[in-house]
Amino acid sequence: MNQNEFMHLVNPFKDKLFRMAKRLLVSIEEAEDATQEVLLKLWNRNENLDEYKSLEAMAMTMTKNYCLDQLKSKRATNMPIVHNNFTDREASLQQKVEDYDTWNWVEKIINDLPELQKLIVQMRDIEEMEFEEISKILDMKEQAIRTALSRARKVIREKIIKAHNYGIK
Amino acid sequence: MELNKIEKLVEKYFEGATSIAEEKELKDYFASSDVAPQLEKYKPLFSYVVQAKQEHFLTTITLKTNKSKRVVWLSVAASAAVLLGVSMFTFNYYHQQKSDDIGTITDPEVAFRETQKALAMISEHVNKGIGSMNYLDEYEQSKNKIFKK
Repeated sequence: MNQNEFMHLVNPFKDKLFRMAKRLLVSIEEAEDATQEVLLKLWNRNENLDEYKSLEAMAMTMTKNYCLDQLKSKRATNMPIVHNNFTDREASLQQKVEDYDTWNWVEKIINDLPELQKLIVQMRDIEEMEFEEISKILDMKEQAIRTALSRARKVIREKIIKAHNYGIK
Repeated sequence: MELNKIEKLVEKYFEGATSIAEEKELKDYFASSDVAPQLEKYKPLFSYVVQAKQEHFLTTITLKTNKSKRVVWLSVAASAAVLLGVSMFTFNYYHQQKSDDIGTITDPEVAFRETQKALAMISEHVNKGIGSMNYLDEYEQSKNKIFKK
């Protein structure tokens, strides 16, 4: 397989990997590094790639593992750093400001969830994947995923309602 | 779409029991302009979730490591070979020189003669050097002539 073929193979889901990495690692730069790393690992396995049934599922699993490892090693060595993306990449338009604000809010709530719930919300709500796929990637039973998902969604709901009622009640 | 149905779907959604299609329906509903006031609070959630999927991985991927890894190993091997070669050479060189330096004559008389010969050669060369010093005398004389007058 040459580089072009590989890129062709990887293109449909590389954004997905990136978004998942970003969900877990929060910072854009680290997510980019993680994605790059995972794709490289895939590329180095080049010859055996055909053996895998679902390349995408495997790549997702690899990304998940890589990011969790990153988080673990960082936690062990560093003080916890809260990553904020200080620079706004786009000039926010006047009418978009409010939308942005609430989106950031929701993002923050999701990012505050435990890692597993974060992953599940990412894959289900954002990437719109079936439970079957998710269970393969996380190596979990579907029912357990549904339960975790429901728990995560309820936490989000609770926090949203709290924010919504802020200053009223 | 009837509000009743949407409310039921929202409930189901929070139970984690909706299908992908139903979730899509919810996303569409909350993207529309007429969201019921009691559901308004969920709007950011669904619009965020839709928006979050728009993010792309923009950095160009570099896949060269496969080759460069080989190059790195090759260069390591090459430099190791060069180092080994140089050290072998210098080692041998010094070794040889040392063994050459040590005299090979065992008979003291022969050694004496050889030494004499060597010393004679040295003195001969030195005398040759002194011979050329005679020119300096010439200079001295002419200098004295000029400066005395």
